[in-house]
Amino acid sequence: MAQSGMAQQSGMAQQAGDASRGLHLFMADGCYECHGTVGQGGVGPRLAPDPLPAGAIAAYIRKPTNVMPPYVESVAGDQDVRDMQAYLASIPQPRPLKDIPLLAP
Amino acid sequence: MTRVGVKRRGFFSAVAVGGAASLASLPEKASAQPASPKPSAVTPGAGVAAAEAAPPREEPVVAGRSGSDFMVDVIRQIGVEYVAAMPGSSFRGLHESIINYGGNRQPELLTCLHEEISVAMAHGYAKVAGKPMATLLHGPVGLQHASMAIYNAWCDRVPVVMIAGNGMDATKRRPGVEWMHAAQDNAAIVRDFVKFDDQPASHEHFAESLVRGYAIAVTPPAAPVLIMADSELQERPMADLPMADQPTTVPRLSIPHPPAGDPAALAEAARLLAGAENPVIVVDRYSRTQAGVDALVALAEALQAPVVNKLGRLNMPNQHYLNQTARARALVGQADVILGIEVVDFWGTVNDLRDLIHRDEVHVAKPGARLISLGTTTIPMRANFQDFQRYQPVDIDIVGDGETSLPSLTEAVRRALGADRRSAIDGRGDKMRDAFKRSQDVMLTSATYGWDASPISLARVCAEIWAQIRDMDWALTTGDPFFQSFWPQKTWKMEKVYQFTGGPGGYGVGYSAPAAVGAALAHRAQGRFVVNIQGDGELMCCPGALWTAVHHKIPMLTVMHNNRAYHQELMHVQRMADRHSRGIDRASIGTAIDGPPIDYAKLAQSMGMWAAGPVTDPKDLGPTLRQAIDVVKRGEPALIDVVCQPR
Repeated sequence: MAQSGMAQQSGMAQQAGDASRGLHLFMADGCYECHGTVGQGGVGPRLAPDPLPAGAIAAYIRKPTNVMPPYVESVAGDQDVRDMQAYLASIPQPRPLKDIPLLAP
Repeated sequence: MTRVGVKRRGFFSAVAVGGAASLASLPEKASAQPASPKPSAVTPGAGVAAAEAAPPREEPVVAGRSGSDFMVDVIRQIGVEYVAAMPGSSFRGLHESIINYGGNRQPELLTCLHEEISVAMAHGYAKVAGKPMATLLHGPVGLQHASMAIYNAWCDRVPVVMIAGNGMDATKRRPGVEWMHAAQDNAAIVRDFVKFDDQPASHEHFAESLVRGYAIAVTPPAAPVLIMADSELQERPMADLPMADQPTTVPRLSIPHPPAGDPAALAEAARLLAGAENPVIVVDRYSRTQAGVDALVALAEALQAPVVNKLGRLNMPNQHYLNQTARARALVGQADVILGIEVVDFWGTVNDLRDLIHRDEVHVAKPGARLISLGTTTIPMRANFQDFQRYQPVDIDIVGDGETSLPSLTEAVRRALGADRRSAIDGRGDKMRDAFKRSQDVMLTSATYGWDASPISLARVCAEIWAQIRDMDWALTTGDPFFQSFWPQKTWKMEKVYQFTGGPGGYGVGYSAPAAVGAALAHRAQGRFVVNIQGDGELMCCPGALWTAVHHKIPMLTVMHNNRAYHQELMHVQRMADRHSRGIDRASIGTAIDGPPIDYAKLAQSMGMWAAGPVTDPKDLGPTLRQAIDVVKRGEPALIDVVCQPR
């Protein structure tokens, strides 16, 4: 199982994602509800910037281990995941904490 | 015989017709008018004409003092300053007595646009003022409108003194609407979630029940009470009553001391806590006063034990290093002794039930952890509604008011702590300081993600507000803080008991706007600056609360958390769609509030409130906040519509 999963991840990583389509899916499929529109986190954990590889995301969302609802392949295919990962990867780094005076302790 | 029914909404049209008929029966005035080729008013029918022409009946048309004046005396005796009400004919006598006999002072009538608003205002007020507001409710219709707000106050253990008009004597009810708006047991509608109710049969009975009800309402565990004000008791002239039935005195108000925990049980709990390696204090609906906050700090410091705040109230200053709420699950999982103080859901504190197809239990606390409960939550007061949560066996269950009992527990802990425990406890404190610092760093860094996003992040919204109010004497009023991802609790400095008083209690939407208005009224007397972070869907349950704030000049800043959906419900529907692997892009159907988006600034402006927005660019938020704050400082309410992230 682990080897199969790794092969799947490796295969997914070889194909590029469409960030624009990924943004659409990220919103339409409800990902933003828990993770925020720019993946900043909220009820769910932060996803961006520097998202996990598409294969790792796919492996998790197919069989989540915590309270996240499952997104099986028939409703969120591998290409969908690649596109969403590309969207998350396109999100720029935030400003450093020291550059945001409102967050000074 | 023609029956003329006058319903509330038909009243003015009926008056218009009746008025025209009356004018038509005044020949002198009629002859003074220029002749008209067509009649301008409806010609009176035979019944009306006969009634108008009949000789006057021998009955009084002016009454002296009536029972409702005495009821005002009773309300004054218990020290109620405000009565919130949407008008209703079943309490018209009491209404008139408050504004004329009582001069609309002590108590002052607050005009509300829905009974749910009246009770939620009273709910928010009581948590700040430390004493109840009264509400007037119109028979079974007003009571049913109010019922959700009553349930919230019940679950939140907050006192509200409710008086409902009701016409018990069937022979005195006019045909039609007065029968629809009467009940033989009106309180039955809400009896499952009020602490006491009565249908007094005399004025003295009313006085005794209202005074008794007030005392019952405020004695911990506090809760709403409901006393009927019979319409005949309100309106019947005192002079009609036999001397023996005329009320003369109002009973003195006698408020019981809160129940305190058994000293022996507290000593046993202290021994367990003093000997624990990893004690954790979990606190929920606990603090009513600053003394309660200080007492919790004293206990935590005596033990150098972490405190997990479930945010039923402020409870523990959020910047105190022993406030380790951010690490709640890990701390509960490591604990060998867990003290729960006024914890509503102890089972859910040490266990979890995951929202999966087969809801499996997860035991968070480790096996063998000793559990101590202190508070009034483990003994349900009613059985029907299940707000008492799942049964959790504990090792020591101490029934007693948390605030009243805690100083004794702390003293017992200090006595139980031997010198041999001193170094271990000091070492625990050092670890807590380090952990708190790390949590703060992680939290602040997490706020930077999405900082410049639009819709605006809740971290940004809360940081922008905090920058404006941090040097004021401020208070936050809000619904469930979960909806803001706890950002105010994470980033603001909260140390005064009034700065945060918890959510609705029963998770019933519709609470936050009217409760904020009630809370702001109580804060107004203290000159505090009030911020209400307001969910959009929730506002639309009771938008009329904004009008009441304007009408009564209650200063408060409402910042809309406008995420344009019932996102909690959207996520539930999303979960179902995901579970069924179908239509995962359709969960917004029935849950989104974006087509069209509601313009909350215009909504507020329509009620006379200063308002701005929608703000969509985070850079505009600070300047807009400053404008709104100037308005609030002038003594008016203001609203800013901010288009936000879901959480």
